[in-house]
Amino acid sequence: MSRVLPPGAPDRPYEIEPVPTGPLATLDAIRVPDRRELRRRSDAGAAHRRRKPIVRALVIAALVILGVVFAYPFVWLVSASFKPRGEVFDNKLIPETFTLENYVTVWQEAPLGLWLLNTLIVTVLAAVTVTISSAMVAWGFSYFRFRGRGALFGLVLASMMLPGAVTMIPTFLIWNALGFVGTLVPLWAGNLFGSAFYIFLLRQFMLGLPRDLFEAARVDGASQWTLFWRIALPLCKPALAVTLVFEVQAVWTDLMRALIYLRDSSTFTIPRGLKSLVDAFGFGGEWHWEIIVTASVIATIPMIIVFFIGQRQIIQGVSTSGLKG
Amino acid sequence: MTPERQRSRRRARRRNAASAFLFLSPWLIGFGVFTAWPILYSAYLSLTDYDVINDPRFVGFENYAQLFEDPKIALAIGNTLLFTALQVPAYVIVSLMLALLLDRAGRSAGFFRTIFFLPKMTPPVAVGILFLLLFNGQNGLINTVLGWFGVAGPAWTTDPAWVKPGLILMSLWTVGASVIILLAALQDVPTELYESSKLDGAGFWRQSISVTLPMISPALFFIIVVNTIAGLQTFDEAYTAFFGSGNTTYSNDAALFYVIYLFQQAFEFLHMGYASAMAWILFAIIMAITAVQLIVSRRLVYYEGEAPK
Repeated sequence: MSRVLPPGAPDRPYEIEPVPTGPLATLDAIRVPDRRELRRRSDAGAAHRRRKPIVRALVIAALVILGVVFAYPFVWLVSASFKPRGEVFDNKLIPETFTLENYVTVWQEAPLGLWLLNTLIVTVLAAVTVTISSAMVAWGFSYFRFRGRGALFGLVLASMMLPGAVTMIPTFLIWNALGFVGTLVPLWAGNLFGSAFYIFLLRQFMLGLPRDLFEAARVDGASQWTLFWRIALPLCKPALAVTLVFEVQAVWTDLMRALIYLRDSSTFTIPRGLKSLVDAFGFGGEWHWEIIVTASVIATIPMIIVFFIGQRQIIQGVSTSGLKG
Repeated sequence: MTPERQRSRRRARRRNAASAFLFLSPWLIGFGVFTAWPILYSAYLSLTDYDVINDPRFVGFENYAQLFEDPKIALAIGNTLLFTALQVPAYVIVSLMLALLLDRAGRSAGFFRTIFFLPKMTPPVAVGILFLLLFNGQNGLINTVLGWFGVAGPAWTTDPAWVKPGLILMSLWTVGASVIILLAALQDVPTELYESSKLDGAGFWRQSISVTLPMISPALFFIIVVNTIAGLQTFDEAYTAFFGSGNTTYSNDAALFYVIYLFQQAFEFLHMGYASAMAWILFAIIMAITAVQLIVSRRLVYYEGEAPK
């Protein structure tokens, strides 16, 4: 059995790990380069970039200044959430009077816990369903050869170009006819049918999987579903992670669908709830910006956590997806 | 090949196609129900008067005729085009600048890359709120900082002339994704190209124009197209900051973007037919602009493998 070299494997023999043996040898050989390997490769490419120390110092100085500019709004937001009402706008980094009162007030004024729960339910359902269904469809397009495959895949790509505004109203009418307006269902159930962008992304990844492996499994009597679920999906973990993380971000922050479908405050998601707080405490003449600031912090923190968990996948996904099509 | 074997092969192929379509079925159903039917129905609705409660009433091209007379449509299109025309170049220049800096930052690049990407993870509604607070005319942070340099900052959130520049500045905060795409493209430029151009006597500027720019032009083009399409559909931040119930404080015409007006027509005034016609106009505008970009890009974008090696 020919060994599949991992991408970017060094060609010096002493660095190659022992060739795995056994029935799943090819499986073991496929892996995504780890962090150290990626760094080694980019270091080699960056050799020419090592210029004069003065240039380097200037670059770092510029980055530090810009980094402060980019990080400051967060710091401002978090620090403002610990200030009493009168000091929210004093633009001081460390609150003069440190208080947790805003967090207590916001929890009493708005059903934030419920909104977080709603958002969590929608996000988990949406991200899981879109990942599984898109992977199924991507597998249909990448593994099987059948007549009309090219044309059908062309339709998938074309549907990515369609602005959401065109389908927005009829889609609303569908959910309205089914009686789901006012519930969380329209915010995720459309994802049961896959999404063109993720189908494209996952298909690109699946086309890179070694075909021999699947042929061998077929000969051993594996069913089509086993092939997909037990062999292909585990190999696609990096691409699936990208899909999950992208969708989590998209759904967690989705405002428009929440505006269209949610009516009652008890069904609000976090973006919709935040908007209602701006309407009530910002524009509504009350000017309680400290409540809005604090709620914004609470809404943003889960996304930051997702980012730190999925950082590598997010950044790799952003830099590879859609560019080399 | 015996006829018998031929038959069994044909049967296998048919079974193969059947399993393929089982895997495709989620998308086939979804495409039919949530794409194909909505396209047709939206085209039909655009020719009707429909308020959800009563049945659609066929009115021919009346909605489209009305579009040309609605001063708010002209305003919304003007706002949207101006915003996009200013925002996209600013966005591309800033992300290119950040990517070039990161490309030369060595080992600390990872840390700064994280910092620049973080704003992208902030919910757009929260970005809209930040805009209202940081850009506030009287006591916002931006004007306070400008004050240190003796500049009297404008009323970003209330002065119609400054609303769009302010929103553009705020949108630059979320360039993170573009920075990462450009950084990946920069790091893919083969080192040999720099070395050989150096031997030919090319300096920094010459290298940037003749080597770096052409090699990253596909990534630049991708960012320009995607951001133009997104810019034309701007909604979340501007809607949060300037629209919604209870908002009577601001004169918000300067932030009336096309999709905001479309949303109001459809879901606040329940003019579903009119809004459908608006959606088709938006589609036509997006297609036209993207087509122009594609045609221009044929001359300007260099794809590897095009030229003889």
